[in-house]
Amino acid sequence: MSKRIKWSEWLQQTVFVGPGLAAFVLIVLAPFVMGFYYTFTEWNGMDLNHAKWVGFSNISRIFGDDPRFWQAFWFTTKFTVAAVAFTNATAFLLALLLTSRLKTRSLLRTIFFLPNVIGGLLLGYIWYFIFVRGFRAVGEATGIGFFNWQWLGTPNTGFWGIVIVFVWQTAGYMMIIYIAAMVGIPKELAEAAKIDGAGKWQTLRSIVVPLIMPAITICLFLTTSNAFKMFDLNLSLTAGGPGNSTESIALNIYREGLVNNRYGLGTAKAMIFFFGVALITITQVWFTKKKEVEA
Amino acid sequence: MESKQRYTPGLLALEAAGLALALLFLTPFYFLLVNSFKKLGDILLNAASLPEAIGLDNFRRAWVAIDFPKVFMNSFLVTSVSVLMLVVISSMMAYRLVRRPTAFNKLLLTVLVAAMIIPFQSVMLPLMKITSMFELRGQFYGIVICYMGFGISLSMFLYHGFIKSVPLEIEEAAVVDGCSPYGVFWRIVFPLLKPISVTVVILNVLWIWNDYLLPVLVINDNMTTIPLAVQKFFGQYLRKWDLAMAALTLSMIPIILFFLFLQKHIIEGITAGSVKG
Repeated sequence: MSKRIKWSEWLQQTVFVGPGLAAFVLIVLAPFVMGFYYTFTEWNGMDLNHAKWVGFSNISRIFGDDPRFWQAFWFTTKFTVAAVAFTNATAFLLALLLTSRLKTRSLLRTIFFLPNVIGGLLLGYIWYFIFVRGFRAVGEATGIGFFNWQWLGTPNTGFWGIVIVFVWQTAGYMMIIYIAAMVGIPKELAEAAKIDGAGKWQTLRSIVVPLIMPAITICLFLTTSNAFKMFDLNLSLTAGGPGNSTESIALNIYREGLVNNRYGLGTAKAMIFFFGVALITITQVWFTKKKEVEA
Repeated sequence: MESKQRYTPGLLALEAAGLALALLFLTPFYFLLVNSFKKLGDILLNAASLPEAIGLDNFRRAWVAIDFPKVFMNSFLVTSVSVLMLVVISSMMAYRLVRRPTAFNKLLLTVLVAAMIIPFQSVMLPLMKITSMFELRGQFYGIVICYMGFGISLSMFLYHGFIKSVPLEIEEAAVVDGCSPYGVFWRIVFPLLKPISVTVVILNVLWIWNDYLLPVLVINDNMTTIPLAVQKFFGQYLRKWDLAMAALTLSMIPIILFFLFLQKHIIEGITAGSVKG
């Protein structure tokens, strides 16, 4: 009897957990572990079965002799800071707006969220057209210099171009999370603050912000990790140009592997990238979690 | 009571500001839409004007140029089968992990959750070796398996959180009535998971439908999905704006319809899916 129970338990474990575990190990875990090995090899895309052990030569090459990677690294870091700040500021303000008693609330929510359901690749192409043709038409009609800039033609405006599209695309998503948190604030607290003579700004700073800290943690986490891993938008909007001035780390890794065919070097970069992402997101979550309070 | 306050001038001003912002948010769609009806010459002349006539000629040519029916079908099949498989494997795994928290299963949960932090680019190149070794590349089931692997962490985590709150008593009653463990799950527990299943489906549809990089690496030309078709199209017809704008408009219609029809669920789903800090 007990043997039968054991057998049945084992079978259940296999049936329930097996397929998911197998897919996860094969597609995520195995390549991830293999990455640590390939980091130290010379390996190319033409012949995936032969990798030559080269020790630390990839690592020292990246740290000593790869200015393009470090340019991509700085570009991505600066981009992440700007994108996270503007996305969350926009999302927070939109959420404040939509938690006031507007008549068009649900229509506005739909519109602000809309860009989010479309993929970054398609949005990048739409904005490519807007920066190249649309802005020019507006500039000719209005004479405002801002629209006549070569938006995708200089490193600086290219950077801000990507930031604009990123904010436009993701602010609606974060707005939804902020709205959910703001709606959850107990009414009595805001009213009590009012009775005690707190102004709007004071209520916002001392009641709203501390109470929606968990939502802030989540939104900062999501925007930081999405901005740091940005790829689709980068590829379709600027393709890293002009020159390599707006190339993100993700795009740099992709090109090292699939364009230059240097899989070993690409994997080494990918592992450095992983540690970067892990370090940044863990630090950020740890930092904002400390500020969370109970209602 | 606050909710009985009158509609003040301040609110009216806010309302106007909100609508102005909404129009600003919609401008890119305005540019896209008006230019998909224009002739190339008119686009180059003035990209901001309204079209002189509503002609469907651009759409007809774009439809053929990107082979829209075929790429739509490919996107639809890849997305629906992958999402269906994800729902099945992640709900089953989560159920077992909640009900039998053995040391192994606890470790498994931790590893899967921790793996969510791994960026796609960090496993991409070794994955090329795996997919060629196991002959997953160029196969329909190959990309489905890839999506199962990449999607299971988040989906399983969402189910796990939900199943913890499903009372055990209902299941115990079914076991007493002689129901097998598999029957208990599919006939009793799974229907109770509907709210979180909706969330899992929506988050995965939005991700897989719009995904570009994984299909580029794993599928071959006869399974081209919408993002790949658009990308290839732009490589060939850069600056043929009339065709390009029509192709982009066509490509966005399915996911926009999906959003507008399921809006309420999507917004609830995102709220539920994000409560994981």
